Amino acid sequence: MRPAMKLGVIGVAFLLGACSIQPWVKPYERDRLADPIMSWDRDAISGAYLDHIYESREGSRGATGTAGGGCGCN
Amino acid sequence: MSTPPRQCSRLAALATVLLVCVAGAAVLPDDRADIFYSSYKGGGMDITGESVLVRKKFTENFAVEANYFIDKVSGASVDVLSNASVIKDERKQKSVSVDYIHDKTQYNLSYTNSTERDYKSNTTHFSLSQDMFGDLTTITLGFTNSDDGVGENNGTAFKPVVSWLGHAQSRSYEAGLSQVLTKNLIASTSLEVITDQGYLMNPYRSIRYFDNVPLGYSLGSQVYPNTHTSTAVEGRAKYYLPYRAAASVSYRYYSDTWGIRGNTVEVDYTQPIANLWIFEGRVRHYSQNHATFYSDIFPFADSQNFEARDKDLAASTNLTVGAKATYAFLPEGWKIFKRGTVTGDVSRIRFKYSDFRDIKDYNDTPAGGNYAAGTEPLYGFDATVYQIYISMFF
Repeated sequence: MRPAMKLGVIGVAFLLGACSIQPWVKPYERDRLADPIMSWDRDAISGAYLDHIYESREGSRGATGTAGGGCGCN
Repeated sequence: MSTPPRQCSRLAALATVLLVCVAGAAVLPDDRADIFYSSYKGGGMDITGESVLVRKKFTENFAVEANYFIDKVSGASVDVLSNASVIKDERKQKSVSVDYIHDKTQYNLSYTNSTERDYKSNTTHFSLSQDMFGDLTTITLGFTNSDDGVGENNGTAFKPVVSWLGHAQSRSYEAGLSQVLTKNLIASTSLEVITDQGYLMNPYRSIRYFDNVPLGYSLGSQVYPNTHTSTAVEGRAKYYLPYRAAASVSYRYYSDTWGIRGNTVEVDYTQPIANLWIFEGRVRHYSQNHATFYSDIFPFADSQNFEARDKDLAASTNLTVGAKATYAFLPEGWKIFKRGTVTGDVSRIRFKYSDFRDIKDYNDTPAGGNYAAGTEPLYGFDATVYQIYISMFF
């Protein structure tokens, strides 16, 4: 069996095996993750506004999780 | 029998998509209403923004969000000032968004309309998120379509005469994965590919080229390619510290078909105090190289097919230092409200350009302000951004 094929088989076996994986962080252990301070973006307007400022002044864009419009040309 | 590696990877990808096997369900966030005010000052521009957002759950599975945002712009950035008069404009943005949850899948559909005197944009976005593996993993797929109309105001700030120059269409494809790693740590990664075609340049910017005139250069029109494809990949992680605080770090790599490569790094720290205050500090650093067809000054007129001197395409860095404080003035709620907060946010951004020169103040006599064309000081500026908003949760 070629190494690439072995890797593929192991990968698929791992993914299929995931069905039987029990969640290693139980629901009752997620109180810290549910704290508002752990939110990626607590305030949607503010996050979108800052993204618009950067997007209008930088060459880069995307992968920030916000959709919007406008030019910011001036 | 041997399976080609490409087929193996396809099989693995298929298995990843098909694996949906656990318990629990997605939950929509609380209802809220926000009133927002912002101010941006820097680089010759003065922009104030006002916004209202309302988010309401009609059932446990269905929520609607509406947002209205208005930006008022006065002034103009340096590359506009070098070729035009001061500008006044308004950008009005209206958006409506619908969220629907079915079992472990959340669907989002949104529409945004943005209008300025010389720019119109209509954006439609659809995404779906699927919780899996005991709700430790969330996969998100999204698509955004945007149709823009681009114009130029050839009149004045008070008597605009807008000529419409063309359309730009943009399509974005997004994929994201969020993963709970431990009871204190969550991480996510996202990929977004955006393709544009049409009129993609800014009509208010000009190129300059060496010329035998007293100033040493003349101005000319930009010429951009009419297609543009970009890829951005971001990874981030957030950790809950032992004393109820959170620290996060993110990194984004960007590349596009115009030759720009960008790197963004951001570090955030959040510290609540009692049930009344949340303080947040952040530092963000961004750097990029210039687009292949960008130059601060070209050797002669029409020296290449595509020519740009928009400072957004120049090699540059910027550094943001920001602080935010949220105060709960209704920590225990009142009547229909569960909580009320007021937030103040201030950011200072320092922009530096490595190959964009400041010609604004050097057009006067003596020609070029004693600077030979192409030797003027490099441009840079500081911007200050203030935000203040009241949020009511109900």
